[in-house]
Amino acid sequence: MAVTILFLGPLRDLAGEASREVSAPLDWAGLLETVGPKVAAQLEEERVNIACAGKVLGDKTQLSAQDGDEVALLPPVSGG
Amino acid sequence: MKDVRLLTEMFIPGTMIGPFTNANPGLGGVCTFVGEVRRGDDNSVEALELSHYEPLTLPGMEALADAALKRFGLMGILIVHRVGLMRPGEPIVCVSAAAGHRRGAIEAVDYCMDHLKSAAWFWKRELKGGEWSWIEPREEDYADRARWS
Repeated sequence: MAVTILFLGPLRDLAGEASREVSAPLDWAGLLETVGPKVAAQLEEERVNIACAGKVLGDKTQLSAQDGDEVALLPPVSGG
Repeated sequence: MKDVRLLTEMFIPGTMIGPFTNANPGLGGVCTFVGEVRRGDDNSVEALELSHYEPLTLPGMEALADAALKRFGLMGILIVHRVGLMRPGEPIVCVSAAAGHRRGAIEAVDYCMDHLKSAAWFWKRELKGGEWSWIEPREEDYADRARWS
């Protein structure tokens, strides 16, 4: 088992992939390290959110993903 | 009556309004908004693609519908949103609100659209001249939503 990182919207282009599996557990520092500098710079912006196991984190720096969790990286949205 | 849908195929909003209206007997007014894919300047838009994140998008739309029902004292709300690939002229979104009086219905639709634009879990990109580009909400979209807080 592992943690799956999902790159949503424009972050998918920046990462060059839609998802990546990394070994668990995964915290904020580990996430920034594994996604590379371009995506990490985006994640540090306030307008980019992170969901872990289907819940948007109020404080993304408290990320604590365990075996089997999906971590979704959520850039600014645009619907309608 | 709450009806919230996320669709992957083309839909015809007109066919949904009759049944929605009939499902809210005794209403005083229905207000409906339909958003379509714009052709853009010089008909330059070839396609629009909307992506979403399954665990968040539909639950977020359900929560928006609940908030609108409560805030505007609605009898019913219909929110339909497309995902996937769309061509100019195709509908993207349809919001319809039924209420005892017109004001609640009109305002509820405006409220839902402002939230769907810049606070629902969708990402939008546009194909022009063979190249895809991501679309971010404009400052006006954020300002429109801030009117309700």
